Amino acid sequence: MKKFEKLTSAIVPLPIENIDTDQIIPARFLKATTREGFGENLFCDWRYDEQKNKRPEFVLNNPLYNGKILVAGKNFGCGSSREHAAWAIQDYGFNVVISSFFADIFKGNALNNGLLPIQVSDEFLISIFKAVEQDPATELIIDLEQQTVTLTATGAQENFEINPYKKSCLINGYDDIDFILNQKEAIEVFERKAD
Amino acid sequence: MGKTLVEKIWDAHVVKSDDGFPDILYIDTHFIHEVTSPQAFDGLRNRGLPVFRPAQTIATADHNVPTIDQHLPIKEELSRYQVDMLTKNCAEFGVELYGLGHPFQGIVHVIGPELGITLPGSTIVCGDSHTSTHGAFGCIAFGIGTSQVEQVMATQCLLQQKPKTMKIEVNGKLGQGVSAKDIILYIIAQISAAGGTGYFIEYAGSAIESLSMEARMTICNMSIEMGARGGLIAPDQITFDYVEGREFSPKGEEWEKALAKWKLLYSDADASFDEILVFDAADIEPMITYGTNPGMGMGISENIPSTESQITSEQPSYQKALTYMGIEGDTPLLGKPIDYVFIGSCTNSRMEDLREVAEFVKGRQKAENVTVWIVPGSKQIEQQAIAEGLDKVFEAAGFHLREPGCSACLGMNEDKIPAGKYCVSTSNRNFEGRQGPNSRTFLASPLTAAAAAITGRVTDVRQLLNEDIHA
Ligand code: SF4
Repeated sequence: MKKFEKLTSAIVPLPIENIDTDQIIPARFLKATTREGFGENLFCDWRYDEQKNKRPEFVLNNPLYNGKILVAGKNFGCGSSREHAAWAIQDYGFNVVISSFFADIFKGNALNNGLLPIQVSDEFLISIFKAVEQDPATELIIDLEQQTVTLTATGAQENFEINPYKKSCLINGYDDIDFILNQKEAIEVFERKAD
Repeated sequence: MGKTLVEKIWDAHVVKSDDGFPDILYIDTHFIHEVTSPQAFDGLRNRGLPVFRPAQTIATADHNVPTIDQHLPIKEELSRYQVDMLTKNCAEFGVELYGLGHPFQGIVHVIGPELGITLPGSTIVCGDSHTSTHGAFGCIAFGIGTSQVEQVMATQCLLQQKPKTMKIEVNGKLGQGVSAKDIILYIIAQISAAGGTGYFIEYAGSAIESLSMEARMTICNMSIEMGARGGLIAPDQITFDYVEGREFSPKGEEWEKALAKWKLLYSDADASFDEILVFDAADIEPMITYGTNPGMGMGISENIPSTESQITSEQPSYQKALTYMGIEGDTPLLGKPIDYVFIGSCTNSRMEDLREVAEFVKGRQKAENVTVWIVPGSKQIEQQAIAEGLDKVFEAAGFHLREPGCSACLGMNEDKIPAGKYCVSTSNRNFEGRQGPNSRTFLASPLTAAAAAITGRVTDVRQLLNEDIHA
């Protein structure tokens, strides 16, 4: 896993609620057997029409909006456990997803892949959407160490929560498997006891 | 203070618990399938690791498989490749595979219980969110992502934060034409598609206790549709009777030992839940969803809620859903013409579902405008249905009994609902495009789906049931 460093970036707003994993990456694209290449089909049915032409009204097709931070409406990532959703977002080029509420499994999957999900208050989310509406080049500063997200335009800042263990994984670029492999002995002791 | 059932099972599976770290939770049973496992096997290869406990890992092919002509090679190249990859990986890593052509093949959450692999008190995971189904047996069962599939294959453990617990009681007697599917659609409509996020939900109350194991699986299956990690029901005699004598369930002395342990699996009277909700079964009528998440459901006789009745900030998303579905607020769904009926998926593809539908359609004919697919959850169910002559009943009504798989539940295999078409479906998700690009899904019970197949419209099954009584 890549180390997560402090990030200043413009944002891509997607003010829709309950964006589910079938929207993020439709099931028909889950036939790949590697982790790469899903970004091409991120939000496929919103991004392209049936003939695979870009739908100009969709935000990813609007050249005004780009950046490494996706900001979406509440209950983002609900639905399936497909990690492909996190892979697609990351493969497209996002490092951070911000919402006022995340579905559990999505959040876990994102963290396991070095994609940082940041939960902010409803009010802060609205203020981000407002700022980007006024100026598409609006930037956010994400400081994982300090656990803050800051709107550069106004200086408005909010703290976010993250599990301390997960935080250290992201900062140091290691994953659960590295951690748990060191516990093999404890696992075997547990198995003998359970028998 | 006493413990909840979740706490009892959790605590019995904690390998290690350190301050500031998630618990290391031991996993008894790991189910895998072709879609979410290839990258995990690759991960093992890259790290030079074996599958740590292959005997506790069971594989099947279900998401990608065709549901006709399963004896022929899979036509779609990528699907075939993915299924072949599973076969190769399982052979290389020594994992038992119930693949296409095997008498035990089927949807992963159907075959586990059916084979007696799913046992009370155990921890079960699978790279599929509907793993919550297994909770019906009094298990901690939940869906995981591919990185975690790799983690469990490598260590038989998962790093997990202890979840919050919620109890949902449903008391009283169910009305005519109301089934387990209606109970769960009702609960989700009440608490919303995010209402259970962060929780393990224990279902209890007299209405739940009276349900069969198959119906309990339907309830637990859809726990994830309100955002919950999992759902479970304390095992009782109905559970033990179901498990006893199955292919892999404990036998003889082992059975007696297991049974004694399982009888302790309940929430203590003084256990405390983080949240408790209570519903009355009498308030539940046959349910149907109208929107694009499972929380957008209503009693079949009700009107679709108007956009104006929603919270202001949620109105755009709500209106977007109605537009996608081609429906309007403040109007009924009853009588709306439909195009497809899909009876299947890990929610409603078990023997009891098929028998109920067959019983109902006997002597009836499907409407001309409707295509009806009945997809059994497993090879064993398919065989049993044929042995009982249900295939003949379905045929006479104009329905097709297909071969087992996930089928039109997720638009990944060949069974897709065409763009713009309406499908009354017994599956669990009505997301945009879930059943195929631009398809439109109304989720309902098998009986409500069967009634729609007969009339060609969204129908209150109670009307047809009453005709039966008066005829
Ligand atoms: S039937 Fe549907 S919900 Fe169930 S495992 Fe298959 S795809 Fe998932």
